Amino acid sequence: MEKVNRRKRRAEAVPADDIITLDNVTKSYSTGAPALNGVTLHIKKGEFVFIVGDSGSGKSTLIKLLLRELVPSDGTITVMGQDLGRMRHRNIPKFRRKLGIVFQDFRLLKDRNVYENVAFAQRIIQKSTRDIKKNVPSVLAMVGLAGKYKSKVTQLAGGEQQRVALARAIVNKPEILLADEPTGNLDPNNTWEIMKLMEQINLNGTTVIVVTHNREIVNAMHKRVITMKKGVVIHDEEEGEYHDEDE
Amino acid sequence: MRMSSFLYTIGQGFKNLRRNRWYTLASIATISACLFLFGIFYSVVTNFQHVVKTAEEGVSVTVFFNEGTTEDVILATKSLIEKRPEVSKVDYISAADAWESFKTDYLGEYADGFTENPLEDSANLQIYLSDVSMQPALVTYLESIDTVRTVNRSEVTASTLSGINKLIAYVSFGIIAILFLVSIFLISNTVTIGISVRKEEINIMKYIGATDFFVRAPFVVEGIIIGIIGSLIPLVIIYFVYNRAAEFVALRFSMLNSILDILPVSQIFEALTPISIMIGVGIGFLGSVTTVRKHLHV
Repeated sequence: MEKVNRRKRRAEAVPADDIITLDNVTKSYSTGAPALNGVTLHIKKGEFVFIVGDSGSGKSTLIKLLLRELVPSDGTITVMGQDLGRMRHRNIPKFRRKLGIVFQDFRLLKDRNVYENVAFAQRIIQKSTRDIKKNVPSVLAMVGLAGKYKSKVTQLAGGEQQRVALARAIVNKPEILLADEPTGNLDPNNTWEIMKLMEQINLNGTTVIVVTHNREIVNAMHKRVITMKKGVVIHDEEEGEYHDEDE
Repeated sequence: MRMSSFLYTIGQGFKNLRRNRWYTLASIATISACLFLFGIFYSVVTNFQHVVKTAEEGVSVTVFFNEGTTEDVILATKSLIEKRPEVSKVDYISAADAWESFKTDYLGEYADGFTENPLEDSANLQIYLSDVSMQPALVTYLESIDTVRTVNRSEVTASTLSGINKLIAYVSFGIIAILFLVSIFLISNTVTIGISVRKEEINIMKYIGATDFFVRAPFVVEGIIIGIIGSLIPLVIIYFVYNRAAEFVALRFSMLNSILDILPVSQIFEALTPISIMIGVGIGFLGSVTTVRKHLHV
């Protein structure tokens, strides 16, 4: 009974339109100061959010917590209604299938071609071969790689590799797209191409969270900006700007 | 699991072999080398055991009975002895048989002077053992039978053969244990190197929501295929080497043919084939499962 009540209280604590809630979250490692210290955040369904901050500010830890690669030392993280701290190991894959993930270093399967990399995400959710043959070309066309589906990913330029990663991230129609420094390895042209694609994905209803150092894109896009420093949120502004740590 | 996913997993296992061909070759070579040594050792030991076994089967214990013991009593005793587990065969030699044999072997035409059977009380049982090390126990049992007069046995032969048998068992165990440890070391090193190269691939799969099973399955398929190939190669080599070696021994050491009865290759392979394949598949399976597991907690 107590368990049911606790669940009920937790459900009440998470506003209905929040897709991500961090409630007083602390993450400590065995040595040093906590990487996150009492962070509370609410991200609504369909939002586009930038998370900015210097190295060591806790951005990477935050992403790892949202991916359920780490569990909080204290506090509660609720993503799509699921308490990540209580999630069983066997349920993590199912949870991650609802997320799209993009990394700075692309993390593509290097020995496979463009098509196979994107199709792999569909294989994981056991889509039929017929569906895969329909969905993969469509998403590759969306990111502008329809003509390169047979290319080995190692033969592509950085911007193209990031598009493949983006295609793989969205092919399963995730509710949330998490991007960790997605433009960190790209030139300005490709940076803007990737950001436009992300905006388009966001307009289709997907919540987009971008961790970045890129002041220019943050200031130009006028989205919500969460600034972190030494494990705490120091600014959280709608249509915000990039703040330096000492501001 | 969908059929298409199942086929995909199998297909990925095969593709992995090609994608990581150097790792595949190194693993196959390691497993093959270990199983080749195992196969050679197994063949030699099995033949050696066969020679000792043949020698053992020739060792008998002879039991003579008290004066006046009737044939019925001797035959009843025979039935009792035959029931013992260490006994493989019991031959009854009647007094008449014993005299006939003696006449043929030693007297020839001089035997005509005998009108009665001088070996009238020499009816005996010749007992052959399946396990010569049990000879002392059998002799103790035989000596406890009331009607038994004497028990003749070759204690030296029995103890020597029994000693050789024990020695073979210890040496086999020792060498197999060393081979096994060396194999585990070599194979785990090869697998660890192969998997660490693909750690990133496993991480990516986990990040995009692959279950442990989905990540592991192609590696397991790959490990099993490597294990099968790695076990078949030494089997084929041993098959030809064994036949050649058997021909060589038969030709060059023909005077030893009566003692050195080399087993046919089919008899060796009856057990060696399933054992080698099982070891190969087992190593491939366990190697892939255990090493992939280390990288699954992402």
